[in-house]
Amino acid sequence: MKIKNTKTRAFRVLLYAALIIMALIMLVPFVWMLSASLKLDKDVFIFPIQWIPKNPRWQNYVDIWNKIPLSTFVLNTVKLTIIVTFLQLLTSSFAAYAFSKLQFKGKNVLFLAYIATIAVPWQVYMVPQFMMMRSFGLADTHLSIICLQAFSAFGVFMMKQFYEGIPTELCEAARIDGMSEYQIWYKVMLPLSKPALSTLTIFTFVNTWNDFLGPLIYLTTESKKTLQLGLRMFISQFGSEYGLIMAASVLSLIPVLIVFLSLQKYFVEGVAASGVKG
Amino acid sequence: MGQKKSVDPAEVKRRLAVLEPQLETLLSQAEAETDPKKKLKLGKKAEQIRDKIRQAKTGERFSRQTKRDLVAYTFIAPNFLGFAIFTLGPVIFAFILAFLKWDGNSPMEFAALNNFVKMIGNQRFLASLKNTIIYCVATVPFTLAAALGLAVILNQKIKGRNFFRTVSFFPYVASLVAVAAVWNMLFSPAKSGPVNMILYYLGVAAKDLPKWSADKDWVMFTLIAFSVWKNMGYYMVIYLAGLQGINGELYEACSLDGANAWQRFRYITWPQLQPTTFFVTIILTINCFKVYDIVYMLAGGNTGVLNESAMVLVYHIYEEAFRNWNLGYASAVSMVLFLIVLAITLVQFRGEKKYAN
Repeated sequence: MKIKNTKTRAFRVLLYAALIIMALIMLVPFVWMLSASLKLDKDVFIFPIQWIPKNPRWQNYVDIWNKIPLSTFVLNTVKLTIIVTFLQLLTSSFAAYAFSKLQFKGKNVLFLAYIATIAVPWQVYMVPQFMMMRSFGLADTHLSIICLQAFSAFGVFMMKQFYEGIPTELCEAARIDGMSEYQIWYKVMLPLSKPALSTLTIFTFVNTWNDFLGPLIYLTTESKKTLQLGLRMFISQFGSEYGLIMAASVLSLIPVLIVFLSLQKYFVEGVAASGVKG
Repeated sequence: MGQKKSVDPAEVKRRLAVLEPQLETLLSQAEAETDPKKKLKLGKKAEQIRDKIRQAKTGERFSRQTKRDLVAYTFIAPNFLGFAIFTLGPVIFAFILAFLKWDGNSPMEFAALNNFVKMIGNQRFLASLKNTIIYCVATVPFTLAAALGLAVILNQKIKGRNFFRTVSFFPYVASLVAVAAVWNMLFSPAKSGPVNMILYYLGVAAKDLPKWSADKDWVMFTLIAFSVWKNMGYYMVIYLAGLQGINGELYEACSLDGANAWQRFRYITWPQLQPTTFFVTIILTINCFKVYDIVYMLAGGNTGVLNESAMVLVYHIYEEAFRNWNLGYASAVSMVLFLIVLAITLVQFRGEKKYAN
């Protein structure tokens, strides 16, 4: 019995050691980022690393707003993210309701169109898509990014999957009570699908906020660029202003961090569901 | 929709004379039918005819079913129109474009298989294909192992479990531009870079210090390490879900037999997780083939131009399309990417069938 105890204790010590090493690997880059964002450029690479700067230089966080049009970038990104997320939620849940709860002509054919594109990554059709948008006069507009992101098959699949778990009897009952389909969607389905909507929100939000290749292809005017593009532009222009780069990076992480921490549960559930379902 | 027209009695009579006998024959057929499936079908047909009779009597323009269809279409239209125009259209266009020669301005020309032939002799294409495959082959097993290890540890009863889960997931949601900037500084090619500094103090000679993303022998390693670090949290969550699906009684039985931790993992956890591992491998591989921004940001320097030691398939598509305006050729390359992803997806479908049973 005693042997077993020491053994389990050794095992637990190992476990925690592994955990702490892992947490360090995960966190160190972020801590370093935060610490460098409060330093003068010349102090960033001092060795041994000074984790807590002696004279934190808060000025970096002020200067960054003047050095590049950061507020424009932030506003652009916020605008795009909100519109895309809203449209994605609205249109996906709308379409998913019809696909899961209504019988109509051509249902299977329409759904097949969505399925057919699953195996086609965006990178495969980004070129013709760009040429098409350009011929519509949408190149270098925010509208192009919205059109690009807001109507994904992913959203429809996810919502449909969830709606199929809601008993059809609920809709039948509502129909007998004289509700129209639109009312059923709004008053019965939407309130029930909060978890799925939250998952879709956080996925769309994070994807749109962090998207790089889309804006890189479409947006060329500086005043239209998103935060990620702007940050990247700043890095390539002022590559040695380490303190400022890190300050801007910290700022760009904050919104995602907030959304992630507050909706984390749904995020994890969403990922897990996609895995279990296979 | 429900407008009423003035009903012409003669017209109604004429239509009812056709419809009513139809209904009667259908009903008697249904009565006589023994196969329940066919019976149901006939019943549905009869329902449609009843609907038509009602429509003829009231003079409404649309039957009930048509109305139902129309309502359903209004639900689908907002998403489907956007999807059809901005996804389905370009997908079809991509297949056609692969066989055309086009620079975006002059008229398109039919090129037959020229684009594909050009690809075979193109050094940059071959380099990008090779690099993408190396990247996949290395990233997939390392990410898999890291994610599984993390998941197994974080599935134990330990203090601060939720904190550790959050921490290991955060790199995945953090913006790539920002974390890539940190990595570029930590793994700075100069001797003063923090990682190189540590290596130096650990006894690596100054001239042997790796130049990471600036060195053609180390650039793939840097990319792979970064990618494992950034994405393992995501796959860990999938593994955690898989672990939670394992029946606890299996472990109890195993412990009664005196199995140690490794044996429990080897004979229960690992086999039970096989469907999850399969799924994770597939998703990971597909995602690896789609890699672009990681490479652009870590190895692209200030200009984002990659050389042959680091370029990947999607980068090749990007440079051919948006720098050289060889749109047909770029689409041909993207067909290669598509075929690879399609092949992996087909493997996935077969695997799903196997694991569903």
